[in-house]
Amino acid sequence: MNSFKAVFKRELKSYFTTPLAYVFLVIFLFFAGYLTFKQGFFEMRQADLRPFFQNLPLLFVFMVPSTAMRLWAEERKSGTIELLCTLPVTITQAVLGKFLAAWLFLTIALALTFPLVITVCYLGNPDIGLIITGYIGSVLMAGGFLAIGCFFSALSKNQVIAFVLSVVACAILVFAGMPTTLDYLSTFLPRGLVNAVESMSFQTHFDSIQRGVLELRDLSYFVLLIVGWITACGIILDERKAG
Amino acid sequence: MIKVKDLRRSFGSVVAVDGISFEVEKGQVLGLLGPNGAGKSTAMRMITCFIKPDGGTASVCGHDILQDPLGVRRCLGYVPENVPAYNEMTVGGFLNFICDVRGIKGKNRKKALDRVVPMCSIESVYHQTIETLSKGYKRRVGLAQALIHDPEVLILDEPTDGLDPNQKHEVRRLISQMSQDKCIIVSTHILEEVDAVCSRTIIIARGKILVDSTPKALKEKHHAGLDEVFRKITKTKGN
Repeated sequence: MNSFKAVFKRELKSYFTTPLAYVFLVIFLFFAGYLTFKQGFFEMRQADLRPFFQNLPLLFVFMVPSTAMRLWAEERKSGTIELLCTLPVTITQAVLGKFLAAWLFLTIALALTFPLVITVCYLGNPDIGLIITGYIGSVLMAGGFLAIGCFFSALSKNQVIAFVLSVVACAILVFAGMPTTLDYLSTFLPRGLVNAVESMSFQTHFDSIQRGVLELRDLSYFVLLIVGWITACGIILDERKAG
Repeated sequence: MIKVKDLRRSFGSVVAVDGISFEVEKGQVLGLLGPNGAGKSTAMRMITCFIKPDGGTASVCGHDILQDPLGVRRCLGYVPENVPAYNEMTVGGFLNFICDVRGIKGKNRKKALDRVVPMCSIESVYHQTIETLSKGYKRRVGLAQALIHDPEVLILDEPTDGLDPNQKHEVRRLISQMSQDKCIIVSTHILEEVDAVCSRTIIIARGKILVDSTPKALKEKHHAGLDEVFRKITKTKGN
């Protein structure tokens, strides 16, 4: 437990001792606000945060891999992984410590979008339940993207490669669920396969949580996704840490 | 305290360590000597549980590296080659992180820091970030990190590589100072170092142990300086 906490604390601190956290937060918050108001927030004449949540997957495709890419790639490149893995820390503790620290950081970033909530509350009477489930879905989605980013960061020593690979993987998972993609796929794929593609996508599950329905299958989708990619990350690290 | 039994490891078709066995007791300073690429670092990385051996095993203070890697890591201090450290942290922050991981808390932590910081003479850079430090200071921070829990076993991979003569002398003095109540393995390809600090020396090349002796006995046996002995042994026996 000691070592898990130590890794977690160090990782979280390291975001804020480098300019990384501030650059990330400023850019994230700018685009979160910009995309929301650009896409008809006022024209809709409805006090809810739908435009904000709808744009989040697209924003996350770029922003989350940029926080995840350094997690292991940097550690392997600078050789500190040899230090970390010869301290009394298990791979599981190290992987979880780093992952949860990065997840907490992303949660903080999401929490800092609170002025949007205040805005809609000021403008009308939004459905608070809907906003809460929207945020829960966003946090889960951030975790899913992050787990994917963690995996690719462990796979490559090069941060740029890790970034590009995880952006592609995340983008595939998001766009697989877009109506246009599904329409196109249904022209030549059997129905069952199209449904399978749809239920593998982030978009589908995020949408249904965002509509205010917290269903077990959506929750278990994200939990499975996170656990799966994180486990794969641990296995890869154990294999490749010395290389 | 360290028992190594028939340790092997290869990377692809390259055999890095090819069945080495030796034992080191408390109070000994063992110099692992060998040309570059002889398998010194790989052997050390296996003993410190960073990489797994393909065959054979080793134990440190009674903990087996395969059965109980955490136990091994708890009782040893290790300074890897090139002394990696988290560059964005301050020296103090870094040492505190190591204390966190090793579970050194409260009074014990203060005591440990008060002991290790002056010992490695890093008081003056305690609040500086590690990336701003010179090579000599970085190395001393690495040593401090390895000594903070007062380990019984110390493993140093080329501890004086890239230091100026004064700093080399300083590090060697530290090693000799600690040698009485610890078991230390030092890898090096600098021969004067073996003469200066080691009570025993093992020469390895191409993953195999060629000689297991003391520096003094080696010199007497071959009637020559260590330089010459080293060249003779690694060039003839290896082929």
